[in-house]
Amino acid sequence: MTRMPGARGLLPTLVMILTLAACGGAQTSGGDAPTPEATASAAPSEAASDAAQFPVTVEAANGEVTLDEQPTSIVSLSPTATEMLFAIDAGDQVTAVDDFSTYPSDAPTTDLSGFEPNVEAIAGYEPDLVVIADDGADLSTSLGELDIPVLVMPAAQTLDDTYAQIEQLGAATGHDAGAAALVEQMRDDIDKITGDLPGTDEPLTYYHELDDTYYSVTSNTFVGQIYELAGLTNIADEVDDDAGGYPQLSEEFIIDADPDLIFLADTTCCGQTAETVAERPAWDQITAVRDGGVVELDDDVASRWGPRIVDLLRTVGDAVAEHAGS
Amino acid sequence: MSLTAPHPTATGPGGGAVAHDAPPSAGRPAGRLRRGWLAAGVVAVVAAAVAGIALGPVDLPLPAVVRALLDRLPLVDLPSGLSDRDLAILWQLRVPRVVLGLLVGAMLATAGAGYQGVFRNPLADPYLLGIAAGAGVGATLAIVSGVPSGRWWIDPLPLAAFGGALAGVVATYALSRSVSGERSTVSLILAGVAVAAFFTAVQTFVQMRNIESIRSVYAWLFGRLATTGWNEVVLILPYVVVSSVVLLTHRRLLDVIGVGDREATALGVPVTRVRVVIVVAASLGTAAAVAVSGLIGFVGIIVPHTVRLLAGWSYRSVLPLSLLFGGAFMVLTDLIARLALAPAELPIGVVTAFLGAPFFVLVLRHRSAS
Repeated sequence: MTRMPGARGLLPTLVMILTLAACGGAQTSGGDAPTPEATASAAPSEAASDAAQFPVTVEAANGEVTLDEQPTSIVSLSPTATEMLFAIDAGDQVTAVDDFSTYPSDAPTTDLSGFEPNVEAIAGYEPDLVVIADDGADLSTSLGELDIPVLVMPAAQTLDDTYAQIEQLGAATGHDAGAAALVEQMRDDIDKITGDLPGTDEPLTYYHELDDTYYSVTSNTFVGQIYELAGLTNIADEVDDDAGGYPQLSEEFIIDADPDLIFLADTTCCGQTAETVAERPAWDQITAVRDGGVVELDDDVASRWGPRIVDLLRTVGDAVAEHAGS
Repeated sequence: MSLTAPHPTATGPGGGAVAHDAPPSAGRPAGRLRRGWLAAGVVAVVAAAVAGIALGPVDLPLPAVVRALLDRLPLVDLPSGLSDRDLAILWQLRVPRVVLGLLVGAMLATAGAGYQGVFRNPLADPYLLGIAAGAGVGATLAIVSGVPSGRWWIDPLPLAAFGGALAGVVATYALSRSVSGERSTVSLILAGVAVAAFFTAVQTFVQMRNIESIRSVYAWLFGRLATTGWNEVVLILPYVVVSSVVLLTHRRLLDVIGVGDREATALGVPVTRVRVVIVVAASLGTAAAVAVSGLIGFVGIIVPHTVRLLAGWSYRSVLPLSLLFGGAFMVLTDLIARLALAPAELPIGVVTAFLGAPFFVLVLRHRSAS
């Protein structure tokens, strides 16, 4: 495939390939290999971006989005998307990220808000691609009127959603190879962590705490599936799942359920630690509190669906390994 | 929180949807508290407390619970057979929560009755004078400031909510006095509306600037009888006792004020002073209740009105019966909040409104028909 003025005819084919690829979660690519001239014009790094494939069309949650040229001024209003962009080596193309995009530390954090997005403020960065997690404010329409393409990448329901989003971002930024490598690395790491888990006669039980009013998650949530990978049983699964997977548990139920492990995803938001949990009335009756099974998580890692989900699984796996014998 | 602010047009005596606030002379004989109703109130409190302690998401056998309760009495030694964990659930979670429910419900209902009497407005509720909005600002600031709970003997959240509630009331007073020299009830209520709107704006702003804490903020706004052992009970008990005693001792004067300011003055009642004393007492008690339970709506309106419809219009019966039935009502609704989705919980404010409003309409229809 060469770049010719008449290459527009390729577009329908590309659309089909990309759509199928995105749905299947497989590697997305506009061309089998970078053409010599494209490589020459791209930055000579080992994970060279592939400018040759543009224009590309990506299938995101808001439908098909076509990018005529490789974006060089990306605005990300989704902390997870920011982590993904940097992990696939597209960080150099990111101009601005929202106020909650705190990772990685060299991300260009601004006071843009993903929750109360201001179209003018976003347009002020002259982006050629905007990535958001939630389109409640209908940003895709208002930015679309300014001819700024928008990718909506909502919270993942499964790990496959995460992989698909990474690959979509890879396609949209010309980093197919980086995205494919990242997904493969994540799959390998997850396989290794779950493979190294010790066998237990009876699965350990856990309670995942979202805040200090005992909001929790069931196994039907994204983070719940991570615990399932580690072979844990969720005490919140006894709840009829009508709270969308995020029930508020009764305190006495938690104590009675006597989880072996407690994971605190409210260390930043609510200042909770193993010590504050131990001081709660009646919580000293819980096995996890007695046996040092209270694990303090990073709120951000535990609430995002990006590459660092592997770190979360590793932390969970370590806790399982430590308490499996007891 | 706009739901706690009355519509300005409903501030006139007898205005609004509930036009049954008849003067005590109308209808049934002006009532002292009848023993039958007093007994019913006590029975309701005891029954609610027993149900609240015996039932919960965790099954504790009733006989064992009774033995455990009796075991706590002096000179009684009765092993309950409950495990340490069950005893911890009973004494550190369930019993304090029931006691807190009794105190909060009694306080909100009594304060609501007091406000309705003072303002001669059937829609007056305990959150009227900027208390809810002020407490909301205080609670939100405490949540976003990230001072962790469990570090001090008492959470910073109730303290901040209490301070905010008092700030709201004081601002309402100051505003009301600055716009009208005489302390008219209308200017006080309108000042409350203005203060509530302003504080709500501040609260919303702070909340939106700290969007990651929105779940904690909403959990508080929806109301919750959260206990950390007995701390909350100890915190609000003095306020509830003082406030209730002051309100109850003014029950006859409230009947006189109900006739009208001029008439009451002619009868030698220092109307303005009585009004200030009642409003201060009710506000202080409400602020304490809000501090530990968040914004639990409708209790302060529905309970006094139901009592009024059933047992007569005189504040001599409305105030003490509101105290008893308010406490019982709160414990029962909290029981439903704990059990309906067990082992998940419902916000108690949802239950109070969902059950309280239809029940109130039933009573209203029944009384209108008879």
